[in-house]
Amino acid sequence: MIEVDFRLEQGSFVLEVQQRLEARVTVLFGPSGSGQTTILDAIAGLRTPVRGSIAVNGRTLYSSTGGINLPSHKRHVGYVSQDIALFPHLDVRRNVTYGQGPGQKLSLESVTAILEVGALLDRGVSMLSGGERQRVALARALMSAPDVLLLDEPLVAIDLELRRRILPYLERVRDELGVPILYVTHDRDEARRFADRVVVLDRGTVSRAGAPGDVLG
Amino acid sequence: MDVWQITRFTLLTALAATALMVPPGLALAWLLARRRFRGRVLVETFVSLPLVMPPVATGLVLLLLFSPRGPIGGLLAGIGVDVVFTWRAVVLAMTVMGLPLFVRTLRAGFEQVDRRYEAIAGTLGASPLRVFFSITLPLAFPALAAGAVLGFARAIGEFGATIMIAGSIPGVTRTLPVAIYTYTEIGRDRDAAMLLVVSAGIAFAALWLSNYLTSRAGLRA
Repeated sequence: MIEVDFRLEQGSFVLEVQQRLEARVTVLFGPSGSGQTTILDAIAGLRTPVRGSIAVNGRTLYSSTGGINLPSHKRHVGYVSQDIALFPHLDVRRNVTYGQGPGQKLSLESVTAILEVGALLDRGVSMLSGGERQRVALARALMSAPDVLLLDEPLVAIDLELRRRILPYLERVRDELGVPILYVTHDRDEARRFADRVVVLDRGTVSRAGAPGDVLG
Repeated sequence: MDVWQITRFTLLTALAATALMVPPGLALAWLLARRRFRGRVLVETFVSLPLVMPPVATGLVLLLLFSPRGPIGGLLAGIGVDVVFTWRAVVLAMTVMGLPLFVRTLRAGFEQVDRRYEAIAGTLGASPLRVFFSITLPLAFPALAAGAVLGFARAIGEFGATIMIAGSIPGVTRTLPVAIYTYTEIGRDRDAAMLLVVSAGIAFAALWLSNYLTSRAGLRA
């Protein structure tokens, strides 16, 4: 479960969210620049709110009143951003295992099997196609045994055909690994297909929240 | 003719100086590239000062600091280490004169490393130290190498500060540029010319290597 309740200055508006997210997949939906990425950044520890609190599975990551602000390397979040950012100087295997720790629940075999990246392990990252890069980034995030998976428009940079082929991988991650997912997208179909719950943001505030059918129509 | 001895001595002292530039150079380059702090401009100016000051003036500063009566030289003399007019003075002059080039090149390299890689590595559980050694430094490596080569080349060519603090003692402190000057002054033109060819060869090789590494760094970024 993800609990966010914070306030953060964001350019021309103030981002204010207060949500308890218990669904497997929560989609943050809304026009571009409404603060969706900022929410992910705040959970990941890449941006610090003005005040409030953030907790994942009961573990406090940030609390302005408690004086807690864990650095991102202690937050156990898997972050896949739209630009993917695979480490260019490491091959696929070393990318995927970069965040692998001693408390690892998932084996390399199971993650590579679900995302079908086993055959790519010994390649350099410059040799990968867009869809392959995406799956490798996902595998890398999963291998760090995250308590929550933050996906910021992971499919935005790839074409529709490829999107259709990658969505099933995401669904497998959702269904087989049981890691809660916070997913930012502007794509209504993607949201409808993937979400258990949709939170609509508009200029930094939550305008609607609920089941995909109710919210997206 | 002692061409071989002089060349060997110059190369060895320049290598030692380059090795000495790396630890403080890494720290300074990273600080200037990644941290905003009070006095940053001052640090930046101070680091680059030897580039623009007359080398002889820098040499005089070093002489004042490191002579047995100077603040640092006095301390070192207390533990039995002489600096001025020894090979140590040669290395010291080379290090101080080469450091600005090393820092400036490496700093530019650090600035080119995409911060997103560091942020993602952090979310994957890597501590800031691990991020530095596994992401930042490898990605900036071409700049590190290019900076080291430039610093090394500057060290090989060091004259002004060296002559002030180390002099031109045959077999003790006489480096290539100092020897060229000394030989020309006493009319040993053939020897001077020979050393000129050696210096030109080393300088050419070093610059070529530096340009090669920098262009590779540019391609990557």
